[in-house]
Amino acid sequence: MERITLAHGDGGELAHKLITDVFVSMFRNDHYAQFDSATLTLGAHELAVTTDSFVVKPLFFPGGNIGKLAVAGTINDLAVVGAVPKVLTCGFIIEEGFPIQDLKTIVQSMAEEAKEANVTIVAGDTKVVERGSADGLYINTTGIGVVSRPLDRKICEGDSVIVSGSVGDHGVAILVARGELGLVSTVESDCTTLYPLISKALKASEHIRLMRDPTRGGLATTLVEICEDFGVTIELEEDRIPIKKEVEGACELLGFDPLYLANEGKVVMIVPKEDEQAILDVLRSQPEGKDAAVIGTVRATNKGQLLLRTPLGTTRRLYRLTGLMLPRIC
Amino acid sequence: MLDVMDNPTHFALSRTLLQEVRMLASQFQQTFGRVPSFMEVCGSHTMALARTGIKKALEGYVRLISGPGCPVCVTDQVTIDAMISLTDGVDRIICTFGDMMRVPGSYGTLMQAKTEGKDVRVVYSPVDAVRIAEQYPDQEVIFLGIGFETTIPILAAAVKEAEEKQVHNFSMWMSTKLVEPILRQLLHDREVLLDGFLLPGHVSMVMGRKHFEFLATEYDMPAVISGFEALHMLSAIRHLLMLALKQHAIVLNDYKSVVTEQGNKQAKYWMNHYFTLCDEAWRGIGVISQSGMDFKKEYDQFNAKMKFSVSTREPRRTKCRCGEVIRGLIDPPQCALFGKACTPLNPIGPCMVSSEGSCAAYYQYMREE
Repeated sequence: MERITLAHGDGGELAHKLITDVFVSMFRNDHYAQFDSATLTLGAHELAVTTDSFVVKPLFFPGGNIGKLAVAGTINDLAVVGAVPKVLTCGFIIEEGFPIQDLKTIVQSMAEEAKEANVTIVAGDTKVVERGSADGLYINTTGIGVVSRPLDRKICEGDSVIVSGSVGDHGVAILVARGELGLVSTVESDCTTLYPLISKALKASEHIRLMRDPTRGGLATTLVEICEDFGVTIELEEDRIPIKKEVEGACELLGFDPLYLANEGKVVMIVPKEDEQAILDVLRSQPEGKDAAVIGTVRATNKGQLLLRTPLGTTRRLYRLTGLMLPRIC
Repeated sequence: MLDVMDNPTHFALSRTLLQEVRMLASQFQQTFGRVPSFMEVCGSHTMALARTGIKKALEGYVRLISGPGCPVCVTDQVTIDAMISLTDGVDRIICTFGDMMRVPGSYGTLMQAKTEGKDVRVVYSPVDAVRIAEQYPDQEVIFLGIGFETTIPILAAAVKEAEEKQVHNFSMWMSTKLVEPILRQLLHDREVLLDGFLLPGHVSMVMGRKHFEFLATEYDMPAVISGFEALHMLSAIRHLLMLALKQHAIVLNDYKSVVTEQGNKQAKYWMNHYFTLCDEAWRGIGVISQSGMDFKKEYDQFNAKMKFSVSTREPRRTKCRCGEVIRGLIDPPQCALFGKACTPLNPIGPCMVSSEGSCAAYYQYMREE
C-alpha cells in the first residue's frame, strides 16, 4: 500500500507529485493557487489569499520561534505576489500538558511580528489534543492581502535574478537547534517579515516581474519551479550566491547543499537588467537585505531549466530536491 | 560559493589550477597516446568532483573513475536485507545513519518499515544510539554499523560508552569495510587501467599517509591524499599528473593540515581494542578475506549478530549494475536502469540513494536532458 512518507512533506519532488496527483486533481478550479498566494477578484477588490501550517521542531530556535515563523511566513507569501498583507487568522493545535508560559511567549511574538507589517490578527481557533497526539504545538495561519500592484510575470531574456541575502540560514539553524548533530553554531534563523523590504523594492522599480520566498526546498527548488512554470532558463553564478561561512561549513559536514535548505526571511526576484541596481541599492539599505546580490540571469525563454555555472566555468543543471533526509523545518 | 564575509580570490586560483591540470593532461596524452585515468577512492570525492564541476571541466583531459568508497554502496545485498529484517522483531529500536533509510532491500527499505510503524531512527552518531538505549531500557537498541576506517573509530567510541555506562540493551550489527584490502583486490584483478589514486582525506586522517605506501612500493602506483574542496582536489590531480608523467610512484600527502604520517593513534587504538579483522562480502566483488572489522569475541554482548537472528531469503535479482560501477568498470549512465527505472526517488541500487554514491552524484550533478 502506498503511504505518506516524510519525504512527501519536504517541498521537493515527492511533495510536488502529491500536490499534483491528489490535491490539484481533486480541487481543480479556474484559479487554483499556482504561486505562494492565490489572487482573486471579489467585487472591486483584487485579493490575495494564502494558508500555511507550521510544525517546526524545535518550537524555539535561534532567531525565532514557531509563532514568529507562522506570522512572518504567511505575510511573506502575500507580500511576494505584490499584495499588501491586511489580516491574518490563526488556528492552534495544542498538545495536552503544553506549558502556558511557552504559549504566551509564542503568541506574544506573533503579535509583535504582525505589528511589524501592520497586519491585524482577526480570528482564531484553539484545539487541544491528547498527550502524544501532537508534538507540543502546531499553528496554522491564513492571510488575506489587497493586491495593489499585481506583478506582470512577463519574464524576459536578459532579466536579472536577485536574492535578498544569504541562503540556507534557517535550515542550518533548525538542524543545529534540534541538538542531534552535536554541532554548536552561531547561525540564526533568518525568519522575518519581508513586507517592509518588499514594499520598498516595489517603489524602487515598477517592473519587478516576479517574486518568491524560497522556503522549503530552498533557493534551487523555488527557481526550478519558476523555470518550469514559465518555461524560462535561468543560469545562476555559483560564486555570486551569498552563503554564510558557518552555513557552508555545516553543510559540508552533513552532506547538505545550502541551495536546498530552507529560508524564512529571503525573497528572490526576477527584475529587468536596467532596474537591477536601483533594486539592489534599496535592498542593501535595509538590515534584512544588506547581503542582497544579483545571482543569475534569465538566459533563454523556452527550455525551462535551472543551470548553475561553477567557478570553474562549467555548468550543471539543478533539479528539485529529491529525497533528502531533512527534519521538520517550518 | 561566495561567502558573504570572504573575497573570491580562491576561485581565480581554481581556474589557474584547472588550466595547469589541462596542460599537464595534454602532455600526458602526447607522451602516452591516451587520456590519463585516476580513481577517486572515496564517495565524498565522487560527490565533490561532480558538484564543483571538476569532473565535467576535465572531460577529454583526465578520466576520473569512481572507486569502491561509498560505504552503503559496497555493502552486499544479503547484509542489507539482514539489516532491514532486524526491524521484524518486537521491542526494538533500529538506529542508523540517514543514508541507509532508503537503500533498497530485496523486500523493502528501512523507510518503508518506519512508515509501517517500526521504530527506525536516524542518528548522526552511534553514540546517540547509546543515549537512546539509556532512555528506553525496556527496548533493544540496535545500531547498523556501516562504514570505513573513518567510521569504525566512532563505532568503537559508542561501544566504549555503552561498556562504561553498562548499557546492556545496546548492540551493533557491523558490516564495516577497509580500504587497503579492496585497493589490493582491484590492483590484483586489473580490470581497469589506472595511472594513480586520489586517496581519501578522511580515511587517511585516521590511518596516516604511511598506511598507503604499499600502493607505490608493491604496485608501482602513484597516489595523492586529497581534501574535499575544489582547490584541494585540483591540486591533488595536478600532483598525480606530474607523478604519472614522470612514472614516479610515490604516495604524496596533499592534505597536510589534516593528515599525518601515522594517522590518529587514539582512533586506531580503540578500533583495534573492540574489533578484529574479518572477512567481508563486497557488492559485485564477493568475499574478500580480512577486508572488514567485527567485534572481538570478548565483546559478544554488544554484537547484534550474536544477540539476534534474522531470517533472510534469497536476494531479489535486478538488472542493477552497481557492482560494476563500484569496480570502476562502467559509468552510471551505462546502466540501462539509470535515470529511468532507477532514480533517487525510486532507487533500484544503493549507488543511486547514498549521498556518496556514484549514480546519485551523476543523477544530481551531471545529468543533462
